[in-house]
Amino acid sequence: MKPPGTAALGFGATSRRDSWIRFPSLVGIGLAAFVVYSLFSAFLWGPLFGVGYEADGYLSPFFSPLLGVGILPAWLSPAILILWIPLGFRTTCYAFRRAYYRSYFADPPACAVGEPRAHRRYAMEARFPFILQNSHRIFLYLQFIPLTFLWIDAILALHPGSTWRLGLGNVILFTDLILLTGFSLSCNSLRHFAGGNLDCFSCTARTRARHSVWKRVTDLNGHHIGLAAWSLLGVATADLYIRLLAAGVFIDPSIRL
Amino acid sequence: MPLVHLNVFRGTPQTEGGYVGYDVPVEEGMVVLDALHWIQANEAPDLAVRWNCKAAKCGSCGCEINGKPSLACKTRMSDFGPDEAITVEPLRTFPLVRDLVTDVSWNYEVNKRITPFTPPTDGDQADWRWQQEDIERVQEFRKCIECFLCQDVCHVLRNHETDRPFVGPRFLVRTAGLEMHPIDQADRTADLKDGGVGYCNITKCCTEVCPEHIRITDNAIIPLKERVADRYYDPIQIAWRKIRGGRSGTGGGSRAGESLPVLPGGSSTGSPPSDGAGS
Repeated sequence: MKPPGTAALGFGATSRRDSWIRFPSLVGIGLAAFVVYSLFSAFLWGPLFGVGYEADGYLSPFFSPLLGVGILPAWLSPAILILWIPLGFRTTCYAFRRAYYRSYFADPPACAVGEPRAHRRYAMEARFPFILQNSHRIFLYLQFIPLTFLWIDAILALHPGSTWRLGLGNVILFTDLILLTGFSLSCNSLRHFAGGNLDCFSCTARTRARHSVWKRVTDLNGHHIGLAAWSLLGVATADLYIRLLAAGVFIDPSIRL
Repeated sequence: MPLVHLNVFRGTPQTEGGYVGYDVPVEEGMVVLDALHWIQANEAPDLAVRWNCKAAKCGSCGCEINGKPSLACKTRMSDFGPDEAITVEPLRTFPLVRDLVTDVSWNYEVNKRITPFTPPTDGDQADWRWQQEDIERVQEFRKCIECFLCQDVCHVLRNHETDRPFVGPRFLVRTAGLEMHPIDQADRTADLKDGGVGYCNITKCCTEVCPEHIRITDNAIIPLKERVADRYYDPIQIAWRKIRGGRSGTGGGSRAGESLPVLPGGSSTGSPPSDGAGS
């Protein structure tokens, strides 16, 4: 066991003079705002206020693929059938883990800053419940199912009736999808599968090919935290835009052929 | 010359210790270690500071400057405002010896527990062949100067006691360098699981303080977590290994029974080297 040092214990104990509390506070507020908005939109906005999740051929990304309509009771949102996949993927994502461990668990709140409690038998991700973070790769496998349907729905939204249409909604949906796809393809688990689990990249033609893929995923992985944050904003923006269209707040500016 | 105020921790394990203020004349190009040397030369000849190369390569002068683990020889005085007092403390995660010197010997004991470089025993070193792309990942880890700033800032070592010994980021980096080595044959996955790769919760503080800019979390710790997950937590890989009779589901690594970057049928003489780390 490591002999004890002299670090000051207790929440916020530090000699740091910079505003270390700013990052965990802003991230905590941002994440909480997204969680509150997404729960409200997915489960309450329709049943309580009668605002739809579809408008003018656009489908909110919270509901894609649209399953269970006509089977589920009216008070139960169909989002419940699909939302658990991206929720699980993001909750177990390394980038989000770093964010919420700092912001909500203060474990630690910032580097070289004291925590609320010094544990005698600290285990973190080595023991239940946080050992379940190892399921990230399972959610990665599943994540490509809704992602595929999101692309299909976004392409279908280009041809809502008998004409082709390019609207602001299409631009927002495709921007969201590029961010979501970038977020999924920059995943640390995918980087591992691409080639990170190899020890010899040059040994065979197959390992050389995987090394090539691994390098590209590694480059993308360098932007993983940014893609995680921007894709979160992208999903919320796409959903909000379609909800406001459905509520008749404005009309989608578009070019029709 | 302008004066800058330094609050330097002074004390021993037997005394309570506290901060002593010194006004140090600052010249262009000075680093914090220069200021400490000025204090030693002019005001406090008994100030204990560990240092050696003054070139950010020996890792000896690690301390906490304004609360951030840093090398005193790499922290410029010009990084601080002209009226800003600078606080210099020892590495807080390790036991105090005196003033700015701490006892980091625990790290060397941890290092001994890691299975060293284990090349194949049935071939000659002269027959080893690997390409730059095989060794690039490992070369990043070999930049480590063992300053132990990452160990100091790691909140698991700094704030908590673990139910099983946690080796800390420095030794996860060393383990990653061995595990990813194209010719190493040892399997340290069980040690990683028991030695606590799960204790790391990805706060990336170790990466932030590394003076060699090693991407400790992204390139060493997360890949090791993924290798442990391959072995113990991925039901698909576990099932796939059973179907394939125990071989890795994602394999291709140079473990026993898989391809190695070694010339076939070589006969040159030569004994396998050690990995050199921690000696």
